[in-house]
Amino acid sequence: MAKVHVSMTVNGDAVEGLVEPRTLLIHFIRENLLLTGAHIGCDTSHCGACTVDLDGKSVKSCTLFAVQAEGASITTIEGMAAPDGTLHALQEGFRMMHGLQCGFCTPGMILRAHRLLLENPDPSEEEIRFGIAGNMCRCTGYQNIVKAIQYAAAKINGVPFQEAAE
Amino acid sequence: MIPGRFEYHRPKSLPEAVALLAKLGEDARPLAGGHSLIPMMKLRMATPEHLVDLAGIADLKGIRHEGGRIVIGAMTTQAELIASADLSAALPILKETALLIADPQVRYVGTLGGNVANGDPGNDMPAVMMALDATYQLAGEKGAREVAAREFYQGAYFTALEPGEMLAAISIPVPPAGHGAAYEKLKRKIGDYATAAAAVVLTKADGRIATCAIALTNVGDTPLLAEEAAHILTGTSADAASLARAIAAAEAITEPATDGRGTAAYRTKMAGIMLERALARALARAAG
Repeated sequence: MAKVHVSMTVNGDAVEGLVEPRTLLIHFIRENLLLTGAHIGCDTSHCGACTVDLDGKSVKSCTLFAVQAEGASITTIEGMAAPDGTLHALQEGFRMMHGLQCGFCTPGMILRAHRLLLENPDPSEEEIRFGIAGNMCRCTGYQNIVKAIQYAAAKINGVPFQEAAE
Repeated sequence: MIPGRFEYHRPKSLPEAVALLAKLGEDARPLAGGHSLIPMMKLRMATPEHLVDLAGIADLKGIRHEGGRIVIGAMTTQAELIASADLSAALPILKETALLIADPQVRYVGTLGGNVANGDPGNDMPAVMMALDATYQLAGEKGAREVAAREFYQGAYFTALEPGEMLAAISIPVPPAGHGAAYEKLKRKIGDYATAAAAVVLTKADGRIATCAIALTNVGDTPLLAEEAAHILTGTSADAASLARAIAAAEAITEPATDGRGTAAYRTKMAGIMLERALARALARAAG
């Protein structure tokens, strides 16, 4: 079957490639673009490890074809830190609050939290938990992921982070 | 998992999409958000040779008022339903239901049209559309036609859609101001289909139920309109005896499968509990 030309913007760079229509976006990102931060977890749109930001939406890139992303603007975990290597507030939050153990879910968690904070800059704990409900972590029990997102929200909003009493 | 091979089409207009679907016949499937279809394709439970992506058709997007109805383009996403202040005011049950579907990422991509047209008895919007007495606007090579949501579902994944036809829009009569509606869904976790769920839309007058519609999700091969239950309640003050009779009538029409969500008997009972809760909330929300 004929390959299809696709072009999109990924982390600010114009990229293109020839893909079969059945090529999933996650495979295009990982195998054609060699950006391996977004992970393939369940491959069934449940776990969220493949989450990337696409035209202002958090999407599971295992359940989109690359051809559907024609012309889209995409951000992956590789696009989160500043060019000089300074971590994004969310990356810093995950580091400071121990928001990861094995790290497999982390790129998806951070990209989902990124969109969540853009839409709701000062979310409650409940809103954070509902907002990341499409991302599974099998290590942390989510407690420190929630703290990491609260840390990032505080940093972005320029207010001191206060850890809630447990 | 990688789906089987197919050819990809991205029409720019509804007539172009309809012509493509007619030409390609049963080898083609329309692609909306794809969050039901693509997982099925990965499992080879669906093997279309052509996908007609509807994402490039602007006419299939958006929410508009037409007389006393709200018309929602089939490609409108669940996230767009949730974000619409207009819908939150006129039809709050849609936002309430959309928030119970899947998870945030899926709601950004998953569409109302896909949810209602796929014919999956686990989908939540079909029962809501039956309770609201919505109409589906279908487009096909032979022209446009309308089918009531209450007439659309014929079996699991079998609907009134003819080969080559597709859903273009959902038209919903706006319930009167002061109506009460609720959708109650029992699920094991975020992202799960319902163990059982119930949609209620009612109006009250002088302390009595004036009109009432009830539909149930995932306790049969199709969403179920619980007509007798609604009939029992109409004209009553929603007293305990009438509620109990209505809930029993609704439970009686369920035919759930025994599966990972529970035994058939349990799921029937949960349909009753969901209905009880949905009725309580709809009654509390209704004026009069």
